[in-house]
Amino acid sequence: METILQIRDLTRRFGGLTAVNNVSFEVREKEILSVIGPNGAGKSTLFKLIASFLKPTSGEVLYRGERISGLAPHIAARKGVVRTFQETTIFRNMTVRENIIVAHHLRSKASLAGFFFGTRAAREDERAFGESADEIIHFLNLDDLAREKAKNLPHGHLRALGIGIGLATNPAVLLLDEPFAGMNHDETHKAVAMVRRLRERGLTVLLVEHDMPAVMKISDRIVVINFGQKIAEGTPLEIQNNEKVIEAYLGAEDEAIGM
Amino acid sequence: MTATRKLAGLAIFLLAVFVLVPALIAATGRKDLYYTLTSVALLSIASAGVWLTFYIGRINMGQGAFALMGAYVAAVLVTRYGMSFWWTLPAAGLFCALASLLIGLPILRLRGVYFAMVSLVLTEVTRLLALAVPITEGAKGITNIPLPGAISLFGITLVPDFSTMENPRIAFYYLAVTLMVIAFAAMYRLVNSRIGHICMSLQQNEELASSIGVNIVHLRLIAFAISSFLGGVSGAAFAAVTQSVYPSSFTVTDSVNFMLNCFLGGLGYVFGPMLGTLTLYFGWNLLFQTGEFQLLIYSSVMILLMLVLPNGLLSLGEGRRKG
Ligand SMILES: Nc1ncnc2c1ncn2[C@@H]1O[C@H](COP(=O)(O)OP(=O)(O)OP(=O)(O)O)[C@@H](O)[C@H]1O
Ligand SMILES: [Mg+2]
Repeated sequence: METILQIRDLTRRFGGLTAVNNVSFEVREKEILSVIGPNGAGKSTLFKLIASFLKPTSGEVLYRGERISGLAPHIAARKGVVRTFQETTIFRNMTVRENIIVAHHLRSKASLAGFFFGTRAAREDERAFGESADEIIHFLNLDDLAREKAKNLPHGHLRALGIGIGLATNPAVLLLDEPFAGMNHDETHKAVAMVRRLRERGLTVLLVEHDMPAVMKISDRIVVINFGQKIAEGTPLEIQNNEKVIEAYLGAEDEAIGM
Repeated sequence: MTATRKLAGLAIFLLAVFVLVPALIAATGRKDLYYTLTSVALLSIASAGVWLTFYIGRINMGQGAFALMGAYVAAVLVTRYGMSFWWTLPAAGLFCALASLLIGLPILRLRGVYFAMVSLVLTEVTRLLALAVPITEGAKGITNIPLPGAISLFGITLVPDFSTMENPRIAFYYLAVTLMVIAFAAMYRLVNSRIGHICMSLQQNEELASSIGVNIVHLRLIAFAISSFLGGVSGAAFAAVTQSVYPSSFTVTDSVNFMLNCFLGGLGYVFGPMLGTLTLYFGWNLLFQTGEFQLLIYSSVMILLMLVLPNGLLSLGEGRRKG
């Protein structure tokens, strides 16, 4: 399979703290790759670097061979690398459908002025966005909530909406930061199935997650970060049996690693 | 609201503004109301601009600066360069829009009270500049600005020369409400088009907006430029109405009032600034009889209104419709 992302010697310091320290790995097209590690290991920072929300102190991120690190986030998004947020980040005062429609921004062919004057291209865009939004809403099983204000959604559905917003941008690579956090067993089960279907849609998925059973079940490969450094990389089976990983997790907290 | 109800509302509004109000004024003989209502209409245009910057999540207390700038641009163009008043309207608007791009680029990064404070300072800086720069003629200002001339197209006079009119105040009233209707129609269209939704996304979460590919810097600048354009047009029209402009024509108080107009009418409603301006302007004048207590009562009522109606006067209608 082809490489879609190359993370090269990526480092990010905050003052004296090195949140991400010389991390390198590659992401292949259409794989599900999870980044795991104890709290504060630097996973979210790594995602922000990849999606150009932060500038690296050194190192770079290449997307299909082209450097994207250090660009503005909306440019990385335009190229196809889009992140969702660790917290449930949505447009609270819009309905579910409005959230997803507005997130089609990158697909618009009409200009802003075009939307003001209601040109044919703008009307065509509106129609296409509506259709696509309905499809995404259906895909996420949010049909019954489409006209609900986003702030009134239950937690599990908020996460789904966050992913829906990401999907609307039509990304090639979607970075999901803790998509299963706060979900019960049943909700997680459904969400895992949904992430799998993302891949079937042709997306490459990067995932940060603490839910180890889910990570082990869903990932093609796993990258383990501890204190900003990559300490292991491999298939779920390799990771489960990796000495360094077990040590990092035992040293940091009592978190089972899915065994 | 259905499309027919909207159209009916628009028709009633236009009828009221263009026919009923003048008829009432003629019947009661209170010609002074023309000047008051002209002011309200023009101030509401500047407030509409401020409202738009609220819509992208910025508390804008700099509109006084752009109104003052617009007034001076128009005054200078008319008195020094003999430009027709009608051309000075767009010219002042564009000048302010361009100026706001230069000013906005560094300051629109700021959020919350930081932006509010800097924009407030901007108003004061503009006043001081007007005092200092030679072309604005310092504290004595620019006076004796000629009245607007005629507009003719293919030899047909569409609008007669204001100086030939018996009562130019009536003409100014029609001019001001026409500008107001155009400004608010454009604003309504803007907010209800996709642009409005994108602005809304910016207001609710800038990070998320940029993650879906919105160029937030660009969009903020556009909104600020539109706001300042409206401020400039409003100021330019004011200069023509009063036939003068001084450094004190628009001050920090005006900037604060533009903002209060938006709060009072309701930040969630396009027509909020119009209602807010009307209410505030008349409210303030009514309180004039209370003399030294004017400001105290005014402030107390404002605070009370914000506590009781945090979503503005127009939210009253909303509650009734729901209930
Ligand atoms: N903007 C910032 N300024 C200063 N320090 C930061 C900043 N962002 C993150 N950090 C620090 O960098 C380190 C890594 O944080 P990060 O959020 O990437 O961890 P994480 O692996 O995502 O943790 P969690 O599992 O709790 O989400 C932490 O020590 C954090 O306090
Ligand atoms: Mg994190």
